[in-house]
Amino acid sequence: MIDNLDTVEKKDLFASGHRACGGCGQALAARMVADAAGENTIACVATGCLEVFSSPYPDPSWRIPFLHSLFENAAAVAAGVEVAYKALNKGPVNIIAQGGDGSTSDIGFQCMSGMFERGHNVLYVCYDNEAYMNTGVQRSGSTPFGTRTTTTPGGNKRLKKNIPLLAADHGIPYVATATVDDYRDLQRKVKTALSIEGPKYLHILAPCPLGWGHAGDITVQICRLAKQTCIFPVFEIREGKMISVHKVPVKKPVEEYLKLQGRFRNLFKKGTPTADVAAIQKIADGNIERFNL
Amino acid sequence: MLKQIEGSQAVADVVALCRPNVIAAYPITPQTHIVEDLAEIVSEGRLKAEFVNVESEFAAASVVLGASAAGARTYTATTSQGMLLMNEVIYCIAGMRLPIVLTCANRAIAAPLNIWNDHQDSMSVRDAGWIQLHAEDNQEAADLHIQAYKIAEQLSLPVMVCMDGFILTHAYEPVDIPDQKQVDDFLPPFKPTHIVDPRWPRGIGLYADPRFYMEAKYIQHRALEKSEETIKRVSSDFSLAFGRESGGLFKTYKLKEADIVIVSMGSIVGSIKDLIDRFEAEGKKVGLLQICSFRPFPREQIYEALKDKTNIVVVEKAISLGRGGILASDVRWSFPKGEKIPRRISSFIAGLGGRNISLDDLRYMVEKVEREPVELEFLGLRQEIIQEKDL
Repeated sequence: MIDNLDTVEKKDLFASGHRACGGCGQALAARMVADAAGENTIACVATGCLEVFSSPYPDPSWRIPFLHSLFENAAAVAAGVEVAYKALNKGPVNIIAQGGDGSTSDIGFQCMSGMFERGHNVLYVCYDNEAYMNTGVQRSGSTPFGTRTTTTPGGNKRLKKNIPLLAADHGIPYVATATVDDYRDLQRKVKTALSIEGPKYLHILAPCPLGWGHAGDITVQICRLAKQTCIFPVFEIREGKMISVHKVPVKKPVEEYLKLQGRFRNLFKKGTPTADVAAIQKIADGNIERFNL
Repeated sequence: MLKQIEGSQAVADVVALCRPNVIAAYPITPQTHIVEDLAEIVSEGRLKAEFVNVESEFAAASVVLGASAAGARTYTATTSQGMLLMNEVIYCIAGMRLPIVLTCANRAIAAPLNIWNDHQDSMSVRDAGWIQLHAEDNQEAADLHIQAYKIAEQLSLPVMVCMDGFILTHAYEPVDIPDQKQVDDFLPPFKPTHIVDPRWPRGIGLYADPRFYMEAKYIQHRALEKSEETIKRVSSDFSLAFGRESGGLFKTYKLKEADIVIVSMGSIVGSIKDLIDRFEAEGKKVGLLQICSFRPFPREQIYEALKDKTNIVVVEKAISLGRGGILASDVRWSFPKGEKIPRRISSFIAGLGGRNISLDDLRYMVEKVEREPVELEFLGLRQEIIQEKDL
């Protein structure tokens, strides 16, 4: 089913003409995922930005079968598709549940955890834009410390929930993280995941220019900085073992990442970093140590 | 074959004969025996199906939604809090026109927590777009599942078979379980009309903006209304094939001569029929109209059946708090406004949270409406434990 892990796939299975904002990281990621997975794929998508901008009746953007039910049940719906294929002796087929960070880390976490625990042959992709963007930038469990959202106007006081590691702790065979600046790496991870039987989890950092307060043409740059500052570690876990880590030989201070985004404006007083920036640097330093970046 | 069998076992046996491909369920009393029995049937290889042990009723409904959208014949069962937790998916299944069959082992809902029988759970989703069929006894509960798949798949509408928790699910009665060939002859394999399949890429569950949403709901409503014909036809086909009456829109008992008509649904109609026989022996003419299809609500047929009756009493195991009897409200709505006939339609709420409904209670109800119309009364209410300050 998977030909070459390292080939960049451009099939336009997620067609242009959808209604995402300019520079939307999620739209980029969804296209990369669909093209990497190929035609023989069923997308089970949670309610959220992706669903709204890609599936208005009568003109959806999907050239692969698309199934949407609710905000919090994409993983369970995908599990249902998978058992139906098994029961009907159909397939093989790639089944990809997809949701944003809100539906993954908060409201849909239980359904995803159940799907992992039961061992369904489903890839779950989380497009992480670190808040509820579809409803107007409210804080989610995946919102990083210090982030200003419409429901944390003074900056988020809590730490970002680490969904990839929580997923890995279910004992599923494959967990990976990726960002939209590296087409090849992201698609290789989709293809690797789909070549493995059982539940898989791929966590993609997907900047939201509107919610993050950055220009639409620097989405890719923001992702690079998230990696270079070690704020977003990129890795792969296979059968519980860390098998690859995106190394960061020259580490940049977190300020370089934070300063480009309006959502972190409150972390600087007249251009001077507050103590919160030091706290975020500590989080990045923790990542360096934990993931050996 | 006639078997002395628990209601849940009868339903499990019959569901298995319907050959569902995917079963997903979460344990909740008094539904559990049904899915336990099905799990055993699947594990023994008597039914080739995927049995999914999910982490909640919400997931159970979501799994059968996904499986149905992928072309599988599916089954789930729940009750009470489980039905409430499923609520969001229940609406979604109906809107997506997926022919899922669900058993509701009717039970009260919290608070206060109560595991006993009434109809508040299925009532909570009466407007969701499901066909809701109520069984009188275990034979009908079993039979309705066979009919449910046929109706659901012909119309692309989900069907909920409601059977009284404990009173039916846990009762041992003789039930005629058909053989596989009989069911296969009656129920053809599922041929889905719209599925997710890479060979024919299509979107299911797209969102509809204000230009399209209302039409979607209108079409759904019309499909429910039109399903009355199918429910009737499938019921009569069933009696031809299996040699007994089951299902349909409603049934009547000694209605023609009756001066007073009781309208009700579910297992209580057994007691009501006993009472009617006793009244008959005493020279009092009481009849029964028992609803099988609560949704769609067969308003016109009910009007036809009851248009000459002037004293009607509705007794039901649910209430719309702040409003009154739900079934009573639907029955009252079945008659045109400004009728010339002085018609009395009384409303009694009974059996909430498993409160026993005795023949004496029902006798009191009939004798009371014989004297005067009753707007709303709780039958068998223990006034002595209600204090003035509680009201």
